[in-house]
Amino acid sequence: MNVRIIKAGILDTLQDLGRYGWQHLGINPGGAMDKWSAQVANILVGNNRKDAVIELHFPAAELFFEEPALIAITGANFSAHINAEEIPHGQPVLINKYSILQFYGLKKGARAYLAVYGGFDIPKWLNSYSTQLKAKAGGYSGRALQKEDEIPIQSIPSSLAELLGKTEFLILPWKAEATMETTKQETILLLEGEEWNRLTDDSKQKIMTYSFIVTPQSDRMGYRLKGESLTTTNNEELISSAVSFGTIQLLPDGQLIVLMADHQTTGGYPRIAHVISAHQSRLAQVKAGEKIQFSFTNHQKAEELLLQQQQHLQQLQNACTFRLQEYTNGNRH
Amino acid sequence: MSLATLSYRIYPLGDAAITIEFGTAINAAINKEVVARFQQLLQNPFKGMIEIIPAYSTLTICYDIVKVRKEYPAGTSALENVKKIVEEKLQQTIPPVETVERLIKIPVCYEEEFALDIDELSAAKNISKEEIINIHTAKKYKVYMLGFLPGFAYMGEVDEQIKMPRKTQPTPTAAGSVGIAGVQTGIYPLASQGGWQIIGRTPLKLFNAGREEPALLRAGDTVQFYSISKEDFTKQESDSLF
Repeated sequence: MNVRIIKAGILDTLQDLGRYGWQHLGINPGGAMDKWSAQVANILVGNNRKDAVIELHFPAAELFFEEPALIAITGANFSAHINAEEIPHGQPVLINKYSILQFYGLKKGARAYLAVYGGFDIPKWLNSYSTQLKAKAGGYSGRALQKEDEIPIQSIPSSLAELLGKTEFLILPWKAEATMETTKQETILLLEGEEWNRLTDDSKQKIMTYSFIVTPQSDRMGYRLKGESLTTTNNEELISSAVSFGTIQLLPDGQLIVLMADHQTTGGYPRIAHVISAHQSRLAQVKAGEKIQFSFTNHQKAEELLLQQQQHLQQLQNACTFRLQEYTNGNRH
Repeated sequence: MSLATLSYRIYPLGDAAITIEFGTAINAAINKEVVARFQQLLQNPFKGMIEIIPAYSTLTICYDIVKVRKEYPAGTSALENVKKIVEEKLQQTIPPVETVERLIKIPVCYEEEFALDIDELSAAKNISKEEIINIHTAKKYKVYMLGFLPGFAYMGEVDEQIKMPRKTQPTPTAAGSVGIAGVQTGIYPLASQGGWQIIGRTPLKLFNAGREEPALLRAGDTVQFYSISKEDFTKQESDSLF
């Protein structure tokens, strides 16, 4: 069966957790901006965490399901509706055939993730489902989804379809906690970059004290920030070397850019700091016009936070797999 | 022949990668060590290693924090363990590798239609366009690294006479455009915004997503350009399979 796009959104692409092993050819990993939410969406519907999901930006696409499906939407809350009735965020929903999924408004966050039972059945390019827009490869025909696109998906088990009967949709009773964060939402933890010490003491203080605004010139490649202008004591030009998701570079105009999922593989601007892996997904949900506050941490803490997230995902996966099995085996109580 | 290990420095690139810096200059000997170490690590990956990115004088190793912590539970951090593993590997002398040095000849049409910035270069350096073409095609260039865009090869070093800084503002640049930035020369594999001084265009496809190895060039290759006419460009463009 297929999911059909009946109206295109501004930028909706197939993504997974990234394409690794090709950066030496200049091919960046790409993948979901908010990998935490992409994984949670898959987990909720019983998928492998690496299955393809649709990353949606607002205004988002409208989708038509010709057969029954099991879906979950995570990440940003765009007020998802099935046949004009709102459905919960971060919870699996069984939907009947001929369902129309629409997003009514941006409530919170920057990008939402849609997972369907079994994953979207598209070919991989270089071992990943992620869309590489520059190389026009991967994802759905190497591009953002357009009207009339048809994405193949698996049929759900008959036991699940039977549960639906003639109802339009059925909300399954397990969900992901909206957040597992312990630190203040707007605080993004950083590690010092190799050129951190090029900053004047005054500029170092500014990064730690003032907040930065995410400008409208921000996209999947990078977030351009606007804040206090920063200065360095050493302007020696750097020769290009690798950069990564979360690398914060100082641009010649004294402003910062945070590299995001579709970043270039290499760069030559001073690397002032790096957003820790565990906070990259949180940053990916900050939208243009919003403020962020930085704070510094150390490697040990950064690793610990990521390990905690992974454990949390693993527990969620175990629980969801168990619950879904109960439903598909028809022996729930 | 085995390479003598150059002195190096290791620093973290965020929490999931480390960079080994063999120097801070664009230099053939340094880059040779980078490429040799890239091969060494690629053939002997450690558990949790995700990928390696060679650049001019650095090698960046990306790793999976969770896997490294699981595989090497001793120590306080994945960073410490990865540093240790990599340092041990760097102590090993690389066995002589039979590298086939590839020489790739690339046709370039330097005619006005494609050479958008050749007049500025000619004026700035006070040499004729013919001289620019002769100088650019006379030398063999080394592919130091790939980066920026899929398949974009950073090559060098161009003769002092045609060396020119990047443009101050990037402009839309067509796929196949051949440019100069400082002592570097390169080819845009895909249409992109670009700041290099464009002096010609190749009909070859530098990047093809459908190929098993999508990029035509690799770090360590040698490239020589040769001048072709507009007619040849059109002909080769239509039957270029790569």
